[in-house]
Amino acid sequence: MDRALTASERIRLPTRPIYRRLGDRLFQIVVVALGLSIIALALLLAEVLFTDGLEPLRRFGFWGFLTGTTWDPVRGVHGTWPFLVGTLITAIASLALSFFPAIGVAIFSAEYAPRWLAGIVDTIVDLLAAVPSVVVGIWGIFVLVPLMQSHVYLPVYFWAFENAPGLLPVLGPPAGYNLVTAIIVLALMIVPYTTALARDAIRLVPRSQREAARALGATRWEVMRMAVLPYARGAITAGAILSLGRAIGETMAVAMLVGNSNTLPFTFFGPAATMPSVIVNEFREAVEDLHLASLMTVGFYLFLISLTVNLIAAWLQRKLAVGGRSL
Amino acid sequence: MAVTAPATGSAAPPAAAPRGLATVTPEHLRRRYRRDRFMIGLLVLATAAVLVPLLIIVWYVVSNGISAVLTFDFYTQDLGSPARALQGRPTGLGHTILGTIVVDALALLIAVPIGVGAGIMLSEYPDHPLNPVLRILNDTLNGMPAILKGLLAFSLIVKPMGTFSGISGAVALAFVMLPIIARATEGVLRIIPWSIREAGLALGLPRWRVVLNTVLPAARVGVVTGILIAFARAAGEAAPLLFTSFGNNFFSSTPLRYLMGPVDTLPARLYSLAISPYKEWHAMGWGAAVILLVLVIVTFVGTRIVTRARHATDL
Amino acid sequence: MDPVTMPPTVPSNPKPQQAGQGEARATVVAHAAPRMVTEGITVLYGKTVGVHDVSLTFRDKTVTALIGPSGCGKTTFLRALNRMHDLSRGVKVTGKAVLDGQDIYANGVDPVTIRRRIGMVFQKPTPFPTMSIYDNVVAGLKLVGIRDRALLDEVAERSLRQAALWEEVEDRLRAPASGISGGQQQRLSIARALAVEAEVLLMDEPTSSLDPQSTMRIEELIQELKNTVTIVIVTHNMQQAARVSDYTAFFYEGDLVEVSDTNTMFTNPKQRRTNDYITGRFG
Repeated sequence: MDRALTASERIRLPTRPIYRRLGDRLFQIVVVALGLSIIALALLLAEVLFTDGLEPLRRFGFWGFLTGTTWDPVRGVHGTWPFLVGTLITAIASLALSFFPAIGVAIFSAEYAPRWLAGIVDTIVDLLAAVPSVVVGIWGIFVLVPLMQSHVYLPVYFWAFENAPGLLPVLGPPAGYNLVTAIIVLALMIVPYTTALARDAIRLVPRSQREAARALGATRWEVMRMAVLPYARGAITAGAILSLGRAIGETMAVAMLVGNSNTLPFTFFGPAATMPSVIVNEFREAVEDLHLASLMTVGFYLFLISLTVNLIAAWLQRKLAVGGRSL
Repeated sequence: MAVTAPATGSAAPPAAAPRGLATVTPEHLRRRYRRDRFMIGLLVLATAAVLVPLLIIVWYVVSNGISAVLTFDFYTQDLGSPARALQGRPTGLGHTILGTIVVDALALLIAVPIGVGAGIMLSEYPDHPLNPVLRILNDTLNGMPAILKGLLAFSLIVKPMGTFSGISGAVALAFVMLPIIARATEGVLRIIPWSIREAGLALGLPRWRVVLNTVLPAARVGVVTGILIAFARAAGEAAPLLFTSFGNNFFSSTPLRYLMGPVDTLPARLYSLAISPYKEWHAMGWGAAVILLVLVIVTFVGTRIVTRARHATDL
Repeated sequence: MDPVTMPPTVPSNPKPQQAGQGEARATVVAHAAPRMVTEGITVLYGKTVGVHDVSLTFRDKTVTALIGPSGCGKTTFLRALNRMHDLSRGVKVTGKAVLDGQDIYANGVDPVTIRRRIGMVFQKPTPFPTMSIYDNVVAGLKLVGIRDRALLDEVAERSLRQAALWEEVEDRLRAPASGISGGQQQRLSIARALAVEAEVLLMDEPTSSLDPQSTMRIEELIQELKNTVTIVIVTHNMQQAARVSDYTAFFYEGDLVEVSDTNTMFTNPKQRRTNDYITGRFG
């Protein structure tokens, strides 16, 4: 070899090209195989949920299972509609409840707080994201539910009983474990995600945008409203949709607090259920093949919904992204 | 020195003429500043509303769980039947902690090589035809609820084995970790400048040596951070474990049975303790919550320390 | 504060020494009254001195160019002129910057009001990308609560005309501002500053990200604009300084080395360092 380099000799360069090519080829095969295993895993997830839940699909039909309002393992009738409703209500309501506080924290930390305070706020928010669902669940059972029951659910119910009986069917008899509890806890659990994503989006807004607004004579808040928030809105919205996806899939805390009722209509203060919660609560006790398969089918639909929400978020991220080429 | 003297003076300072549009009336300005302050108030309020619940949760967990955690039995005994706790005989979560270590370690063992490998594929072989597919599906997998990964592990392992097992639990948790590790690895590898790779290649090093000896070491802090984040996320998951490792009230009879038989894990145990009807078990549930919380926080602080160390060496 | 009592460091030599050369701008110089005067402006980044004790006069209806090698403090000084440093942590500005007799750094002076009167155009065009062209122009007016459609329309057209952009965007005022070219975006940024009737326009290397043709348009524009506003422009391009400015100030390592009318500056600089820089010996 004519280009013998001392440096390369020192690291004992394999000089034979054939060996080098073989090593590269081998390495690529291994790496690609590892990558392929993730691809396989994702496809397998869809395949398994579909085939294991095929029987109920066959029996009730794709739409029949989706819109079926009865879930009765004893009679062998299964429809996921109540759980779908429960999932959507809890997820959307929790996002609505947490969105503005989350944006508020994000703005505060990214724009207003002095650096040391922003550091503390960010750390606590990130920690909140890391608190396991079951830990929130046990807190909900022993702290939140009794508190809400005695201070909110019962008083409101009694008040409605006296003054607005028309509300009673909507409120439902206070059970403590109910939709509202689940929504509050879900909001707590997704707030850090929305916050973190919004915070990153806001920090990515170029300094020049802020200065341009400042130079026009904008106050601090006007800079936010005029330059920063519009610039970041795509990423903030996408982040909110991602948080919605989390809320849809969030399982343990909801399963522990939502009350687990399979029958519509759900009321605010009465028990309800979501798709993940019904899987958790019934999977281990399911003895009938059809029951077990139906829970798999619920999982399959949950898969489809999560997929849709994630794809929407990804699409939004691309569509609403500002900057890059255009600036 | 009358510098302005030569100016003819013909031009009265135009500024004296009021410029209508630009004029900011004091009243309007005050209103704008009031809104500014009002918004700051709202932001502070929102921040408090988000942060305070966390502190409340931590406070309740610690104050309710501290007594359980400070006993020796908690770590050395297994749980047994409810009667044991009700009669005040020694009981604890030793088997749960042991099971958690086994399951989590095995999950890491599975997830780290695959996840890092997939991350390398994403970053080092950008032209590979399957690369975009991998990226999309990896993100999809990451967005999937953990409970579905539990169902998958159930179908893939529990059903054929005919029994709940530590292995199936570890596989389910590995499913949770995998996409996070892959994404994080890709992210840090991409930050490593191409010039480093080119320098290696110019020396005549084969590509695989460049990746393993140059690129990966340069990115190791980021990779470790990604692994820790994945671990923190998976270690708190109960949903995928409920129908895989299932649960167990006792120490397993042989080490092998931790892998091949049903095994207890902290999140799953915490769930069943919390929904049990026994006060004594609730106390242990709070104890399990303390341990989980400590585990998560320690991991979290670990990522911070690791990251900070990197910044320090950067400077 | 009476401009007449300005300290002697103030540059210029207001006498139109070179008027005989037949330069049109020399006449303008002759009539120019001080518009903005700085006295001992010093900018500190923590303990590092960014700009040291700069006193300068900016005359009405003139263009003053700030030149110097990068890192010499010219941009830092420019940003001190409309209190842009207020935003940055750890930056301290001392000294006075007097606009029409009022020190903008005096107690009780509201920076928001000041920035309205002293507009700024940045290195890179900074349109608000989510707003339409029209909304960009009137953004500053909406801030002060002007909602009158007809008035906004009028000002938008006038500002865009002033910025020599009207013909090009007349038919797509509602289109997103991110859709026009870089040069147009920069003129849009200028129109936006003009819409609020800024009296002083600070330009921080406004053409550094533009192609030669757009640069030329901006330079022509500057010549037209100086009939209505006082312009201070930072540039690293000495030809540009020579082309567009009436006065030139040379900064070096945070100090104001020399200032005089542009002709003198480029033909007969007094300081050796200025000469070295202008002749390209460093920088």
